[in-house]
Amino acid sequence: MKITEFINALEKEFDEVDSGTLKPDTNFRDLDEWSSMHALIIIALIDTDFNVSISGEDLSNIETVSQLFDIVIERMK
Amino acid sequence: MTFFSVKNISIRGVSAAVPSKIEANIDYEYLSEKEKKLLIKTTGVEQKRRAPEGMTTSDLCFEAAQRLLSDLKWNPSEIEALIFVSQSSDYYLPATAIILQDRLNFPKSCMAFDIGLGCSGYIYGLSVLSSIMNTAGLSKALLMAGDVSTATCSREDKSTYPLFGDAGTVTALELNKKAKPITFSLYSDGSGHKAIMIPHGGLRNKASKNSFEKKEVSKGIVRADFNLALNGLDVFNFSIKEVPAALKDFMEKTKQKNEDFNYFVMHQANKLMNETIRKKVKFETEQVPYSISKYGNTSSASIPLTIVSELQNQVKNKEISILMTGFGVGLSWAVASLSLDKITCPEIIEL
Repeated sequence: MKITEFINALEKEFDEVDSGTLKPDTNFRDLDEWSSMHALIIIALIDTDFNVSISGEDLSNIETVSQLFDIVIERMK
Repeated sequence: MTFFSVKNISIRGVSAAVPSKIEANIDYEYLSEKEKKLLIKTTGVEQKRRAPEGMTTSDLCFEAAQRLLSDLKWNPSEIEALIFVSQSSDYYLPATAIILQDRLNFPKSCMAFDIGLGCSGYIYGLSVLSSIMNTAGLSKALLMAGDVSTATCSREDKSTYPLFGDAGTVTALELNKKAKPITFSLYSDGSGHKAIMIPHGGLRNKASKNSFEKKEVSKGIVRADFNLALNGLDVFNFSIKEVPAALKDFMEKTKQKNEDFNYFVMHQANKLMNETIRKKVKFETEQVPYSISKYGNTSSASIPLTIVSELQNQVKNKEISILMTGFGVGLSWAVASLSLDKITCPEIIEL
């Protein structure tokens, strides 16, 4: 999987985020729309689409889209 | 693993009562318009019911019980057991079930006790009551399940207040040699006990003046230690991992398939969480009813409330097979399969 596909999947779930807003180095917490609900949406998406578990702790330890992508790739192995 | 079937017990009726006061999340003053829309979309909770000061879970169950007994034409003197499943009892002691025994004019020979469980409590309660009835040969009994959760949530806590609603339910069980078995599997994981808890008020942290002191835990979360605290992410992760695993195991052990069930009724926790579970266990959307948009998360009442609210016509008119699961506070989770054959199911009562 390429990071662009991953970003497309995330943007599709965050329907109030305009397409093209997320970049690999985007910090989630810098998004205007960021809230705890997005954490739930990310966990659900990654679990359903990639069969990978992301914990609340994982999310508090990372900042950017590419860091999240790296975790998913690592755990898909 | 705790997996067993109980024979000779049929469910004869289910009723539910809710407070008449509706609170809509679009009116919740601690979130911006954007946040409210996202909250409603993600959790699925558009509105819920809130009990006024002084209305208890047992008041809701009392009304639901009176209505169900009258519709079933059961005499209070026939009731041999009553279990009240709740985490919002009338008093620290005595047990609320005993007060209800007297209030409903059940005989002194009626056994009555409480079970202190939440989201998994309906299935746990059914397993306990049906087992006792079958072992002791009791012919008629009531299971009451519900909570007034709004009383313990801080209004200024966006992680709890918009989610929970109040409801009380009653399920009537009868000894019946022709009944199909009810099958249960029950689980616990106390290592997660802090994920959903009211930290103060028990003996570990006795109620004191500082139990009521409100603190800002994080942005948008202001509560005291006497209020319900919820770690949403931990509960979310627990639920989407353990519940599908328990369901898969249950289906293997019982040699059942998704098509064998008319409906899969889940505890109404959070729409996104429930949909994630549904997708993982591959149930069709038509098989999975939701009442969460109207009533929120009603703890142990949510499964019977969903049956009354969403499946009333079906359960009254034909035989329906149901797979059910409850999961949450404890952490505790449970799965059951049972059939409802033309049961008595009155309209939801509003108090």
